[in-house]
Amino acid sequence: MTDKTVSLPEERRHTGFIKNNLRNYGMLMSLIAIMLFFQVMTGGTLLQPLNLTNLVLQNSYIVIMALGMLLVIVTGHIDLSVGSVAGFVGAVAALLMVTYKVDYTVAFIACLLLGAAIGAAQGYWVAFFGIPSFIVTLAGMLVFKGLALAVLQGQSLGPFPPTFQKLSSGFIPEFLPEAGTLHPTSLLIGAVLALGLVYASAKSRSREQSHGIEVEPYAFFLGKSVVLACAVLYFTYLIATYRGLPNVLVIMSALIALYGFVTRRTVIGRQIYAVGGNAKAAKLSGIKTERLTFFTFVNMGVLAALAGLVFAARLNTATPKAGLGFELDVIAACFIGGASAYGGVGRVGGAVVGAMIMGVMNNGMSILGIGIDYQQVIKGLVLLGAVCIDVYNQRR
Amino acid sequence: MTAMLEMRGVSKSFAGVQALRDVNFSVQAGQIHALVGENGAGKSTLMKVLSGVYPHGSYEGTIVFDGEERRFRDINDSEALGIIIIHQELALIPLMSIAENIFLSHPPSQLGVIDRDEVYRRTRELLAQVGLKESPDTLITDLGVGKQQLVEIAKALSKRVRMLILDEPTASLNEADSAALLERLMKFREQGIGSVLISHKLNEVAKVADHITVLRDGRTVDGIDCRTEQVQEDRIIRSMVNRDLAHRFPERSAKIGEPVLKVENWSVYHPIHPERQVIKNVNFGVRRGEVVGIAGLMGAGRTEFAMSLFGRSWGTNITGRIRLEGNEIVLPSVAAAIDAGLAYVTEDRKQLGLILADDVRKNITLASLDQVAPGKVIDDIAELKVASDYRNRMRIRCSDVYQETGQLSGGNQQKVVLSKWLMTDPKVLILDEPTRGIDVGAKYEIYCIINELAEAGRGVVVISSEMPELLGICDRICVMNDGAFVGEFAGHEATQEKIMRAIMRNERNNGNGVPEAAEMGGLQP
Repeated sequence: MTDKTVSLPEERRHTGFIKNNLRNYGMLMSLIAIMLFFQVMTGGTLLQPLNLTNLVLQNSYIVIMALGMLLVIVTGHIDLSVGSVAGFVGAVAALLMVTYKVDYTVAFIACLLLGAAIGAAQGYWVAFFGIPSFIVTLAGMLVFKGLALAVLQGQSLGPFPPTFQKLSSGFIPEFLPEAGTLHPTSLLIGAVLALGLVYASAKSRSREQSHGIEVEPYAFFLGKSVVLACAVLYFTYLIATYRGLPNVLVIMSALIALYGFVTRRTVIGRQIYAVGGNAKAAKLSGIKTERLTFFTFVNMGVLAALAGLVFAARLNTATPKAGLGFELDVIAACFIGGASAYGGVGRVGGAVVGAMIMGVMNNGMSILGIGIDYQQVIKGLVLLGAVCIDVYNQRR
Repeated sequence: MTAMLEMRGVSKSFAGVQALRDVNFSVQAGQIHALVGENGAGKSTLMKVLSGVYPHGSYEGTIVFDGEERRFRDINDSEALGIIIIHQELALIPLMSIAENIFLSHPPSQLGVIDRDEVYRRTRELLAQVGLKESPDTLITDLGVGKQQLVEIAKALSKRVRMLILDEPTASLNEADSAALLERLMKFREQGIGSVLISHKLNEVAKVADHITVLRDGRTVDGIDCRTEQVQEDRIIRSMVNRDLAHRFPERSAKIGEPVLKVENWSVYHPIHPERQVIKNVNFGVRRGEVVGIAGLMGAGRTEFAMSLFGRSWGTNITGRIRLEGNEIVLPSVAAAIDAGLAYVTEDRKQLGLILADDVRKNITLASLDQVAPGKVIDDIAELKVASDYRNRMRIRCSDVYQETGQLSGGNQQKVVLSKWLMTDPKVLILDEPTRGIDVGAKYEIYCIINELAEAGRGVVVISSEMPELLGICDRICVMNDGAFVGEFAGHEATQEKIMRAIMRNERNNGNGVPEAAEMGGLQP
């Protein structure tokens, strides 16, 4: 299979490769373009260490939920209730920790279990009763919005114990001597991460090559690795000059890595895509399609709960308005990231990039002083535009 | 009498497969013209050419209607002349009323507002004409299939029909409904409406037809004028099936061993109409190294039988016993069936067999991921090797195993599906219409694969509507009709005529009609 491509002239190979991968990297390019645009427009404010840290903190819960939403969308469903569930779980967390003084670890675990139970309750109707997920989760959206109000009795509840606040507002501890404002531990982690990423992709490339698999041209690989390593290093450097790596960034990165691995390399991940691609064929291939659908909703519930906790910890108070409209940002992130509304298609990386595009736009437009009114208009148009480009690319 | 319709020298091919060759066909006003032939003989294709589903330019030959040459661009053009086709799968909207369905495309209206009184008045008239005693308000979903058929005819009448084409109208009707429908056709004859009746039920054809045309392999092979000649069913059957069989089947020497699969007293009910027994207490068996064919008309229950065996993936209230290599087993799920060593290659590879958006590799390993995923983590190199291995062994023509299966040809798609099931290492393989929509060359390759499978000691069951195929590759052929086995022949002594006779005899005896074909997606060439 390699001989055919090898015989092609180098130049044609490269253009062919770019074309094939345009879809995968297109959104990343868009993100970079958007970041550059706002970096220039805001006179460099966007990438200031303080702002960058804020950007991460502000968007962590969207990214966390986008990971779960991606799986739901890949199976061909949708979950409209995630914002309400996040708000409700935040409210319950406040009730437990503030009103009943429950230990924060116990409360944390209880809240995640509550999220799983909510996901299970909704997934049950979707997977085993065949009720459209749009309807089930629309109902869930109303129910949990209402329950959040009821739990909080319309009031805000806080503050949370300081240790719990660390979930969102804390930074990783510093082990090394600080050099001015620079946090060397964070920078070190960034460097290790960058090297690790390059090493891992080099290893997998050579492994594939040794088995005669067609790999990307060397120049591309080298370029990509250098850019990736530099980007990681640069961002950790920026963040390290403020207060170091936020805890939530660590959690988020671990989750992204985990879900990336699950979707690409595990049996369950493969089966989820199969269910979304052709549920009947998947079923006749021995895949328990209902059970998988059910689990994607349970998973979504847990992640929505985690996002609710992160958000509550960040505000340091649970408010009845928490989580309002999150579902729209989360769903938009997945679709901007190239997931298909028909199921079977979508990548974790895409959803994360999609979430970041939304986050950068929110942040950049706020800095520019664009009102909340036009921010929404622009975000809506970006969503439509991104999906249009995707559909257009698929038709070619 | 001059012909109302004349089709001259019509030929049509699909991607190199010749579906119609130089067919001549004419219908006179006030004539019932029956069109008979095997599945895939080209009957439906011919009618689709006539009705404009295949527009002018996509076929060769001419269509003359009322003495003028017609070039239909689509179905609206033919309908405008009063040529109305009623398909086997009824095209009614279930949750709308009879009246709404009849006047769906052209409701009597003023300034875009539907004139309800007029709709109801005319619906009542039409229902009286077809002899259906139902309120115009009744929803289609509340009607039986027979009555739905009549609504379709009423709909056709509302368009001032000159020529009515009925594709297997009685296939899903019981005897009383069938008789009523045929009576209706004879009434139309008196009114000068020409009818084309496509049917497998030769007794019905003999009863009402004025002229019978037999199609075989896309050619007209026989024409019988029923007013001057005695209709002999034997002659029709011979014309339908008689063809040169000395072609396109690989040699095989069967080494048949002990029984591997035995099914006893198997009974299945319809999932939506649980009172209807689709498979009627049948017994069936396959031996090691044996290729068993299941012959039958569309909707005979063959697919339903296979799917109900395969982890109860079709039907309800399934009873009976399955023995695999002598041990009685229960297969409550597809996963259990696969684990036990059963594989089922579906008849509809696009809808039920493949994930078209996924690549060849992912499709091949889908049913046996655990083999390449130690600890549930996929070893992508191992997966790639397995997939490439099957690609070479089955000669799947694709740029590489990362190519989307949706881009492959039918034959190569089928090889991907076969690879998927071979990878599960089954003891018994059930292949449902394994060569449908595949060109002759690829068919030969599939037959070779079937032979190899049998030689490797697997039991192979082939369900096919192409009788020559069954005769060419099977060691034994079981004939299914109306959910029961009605004949069994050893491969060397089976003939198409014997098979057809077994079916026709059964059709006549139980007069129940063939179970609904539309349910599982009937065969259309």
